[in-house]
Amino acid sequence: MTMLAHVLVANSLITAFAAVGILMWISGAISKYFTFGRIHGSAIAIMLGLALAFLGGLFTGGEKGVADLPALTGIGLMGGAMLRDFAIVATAFEVDVVHARKAGLIGAVALGLGTVVPFILGVLVAAAFGYTDAESLTTIGAGAVTYIVGPVTGAAIGASSPVIALSIATGVFKAVIVMIGTPFVAKMIGLDNPRSAMVFGGLMGTVSGVSGGLAATDRRLVPYGALTATFHTGLGCLVAPSILYFAVRAITGG
Amino acid sequence: MTISGVALLAICTLLGGFLGDLLGVALGVKANVGGVGIAMIFLIAARLWLVRRKLLSHGLKTGVEFWGSFYIPIVVAMAAQQNVVAAAKGGPIVIIAGVGAVAVCFAMVALIGRLSGRVETMDEIEAREAETLAAPVPHFKSGRVA
Repeated sequence: MTMLAHVLVANSLITAFAAVGILMWISGAISKYFTFGRIHGSAIAIMLGLALAFLGGLFTGGEKGVADLPALTGIGLMGGAMLRDFAIVATAFEVDVVHARKAGLIGAVALGLGTVVPFILGVLVAAAFGYTDAESLTTIGAGAVTYIVGPVTGAAIGASSPVIALSIATGVFKAVIVMIGTPFVAKMIGLDNPRSAMVFGGLMGTVSGVSGGLAATDRRLVPYGALTATFHTGLGCLVAPSILYFAVRAITGG
Repeated sequence: MTISGVALLAICTLLGGFLGDLLGVALGVKANVGGVGIAMIFLIAARLWLVRRKLLSHGLKTGVEFWGSFYIPIVVAMAAQQNVVAAAKGGPIVIIAGVGAVAVCFAMVALIGRLSGRVETMDEIEAREAETLAAPVPHFKSGRVA
C-alpha cells in the first residue's frame, strides 16, 4: 500500500492523467445509461470534479480541492493556470477567422456590458446587505465580475480582508454556476454558433466558467468563447479599481 | 515533426503572456491583460501564414491539436481543485450576487443574439463545409473527426 502510494506521489502528473481519465469514463457511462445522452459526459465530469473538490476541501481543510490530497497533487498541475492557458491557446487552431472577425464589434460590446452589468448588480446586492462604504461595495461588485478582479480591486483600493474573501467567493460561485448552468440554458439563449459564443465569453468573463461551460455544451465553441473571455479579467482589473470605484464613491459620497 | 507544433504553440503562449504582462504594466494594472487572447491571435496568424506557404505539415498539426483536444480533461482537473467549500460558505450574499450576475448575463446573451439576427449554427457551418469538401473529391470520408 505504501509502495503504491509512493508510485502515485512520485508520478503525480501521470496519476492525475489516470484519475481524470477514469473520472471521464465514469461520466461517459453516467451520461449514456442514466441520462440517455441528454446531459453531455463532459458536463457530468465537471460537476463530479466540483463535487470531489468540495469533499476534498472538507476532508483536508485546504483551499485546492482534491489537489490537497498528497496522491492527487498532480491535479493541481494539470488543471493549473499553465496547462490551462496552453490548451486554450491550442484551441485557437480551430478558429475560423471569417467568423471571428464578423463577431469582433459585438464581442467588444459584450465585453463592456459583461464588466459593468455584473458590477452594478454586485454593488446593489452588497448595498442590500448593509454595506455602505465605497471600498466594500466596489470590491464585492468587482467580485461579481470575476474572482480575480475582486481581490485585485480590493487590494488596490484598500478593502478589508473579509470583504475581499467575500468577493472571491462570489466570483468562484459565479464561475461554478456558469460551468454547471451553461449546458442547460444553451438552447434557450441560442448558444449554437461562433458569434453567440463570443458574446457569451465577453459577457460571462470567467475563463474557467466560460471554457468549462462551453466545453460541456459544444466543444467546438470553446475557442470563440475563450477568445473574448480572456480579455475580460484584464478589462475588469483595469476599470474596477479606477472608473467604477470613482463612480461608486461619487454616488455614496464617501 | 510533432515537436514543431508543440514548440509553435509554446512560443505563441509565452509571447502572448509576455505582451499581456507588458500591457498590464503600461496600463498600470497588476494583472495580465488579455495574454491568452493575444497568444491565440498569434497562433491564428501563424496558421494562416503556414497554410499560405504550404508549410502546415501533418506532424505540426498533430502537435497543436493534441493540446487542443486535451482541453476538456484539463478543465475537469481545474474544476476538481476549486475552493468549492469557501464558495459554499460565503452564504446568501455570495449566492444572490453570483446567481444574479449569471442570470442577467445569460439573458443578455440571448437578447444580443436575437437583436443581431440569425447566423449559421456550428452544425450548419460544418454541414456546408463537409459538402464543399466532399463535392470535388468522390471519396468516402466520414467528415471531420472531432
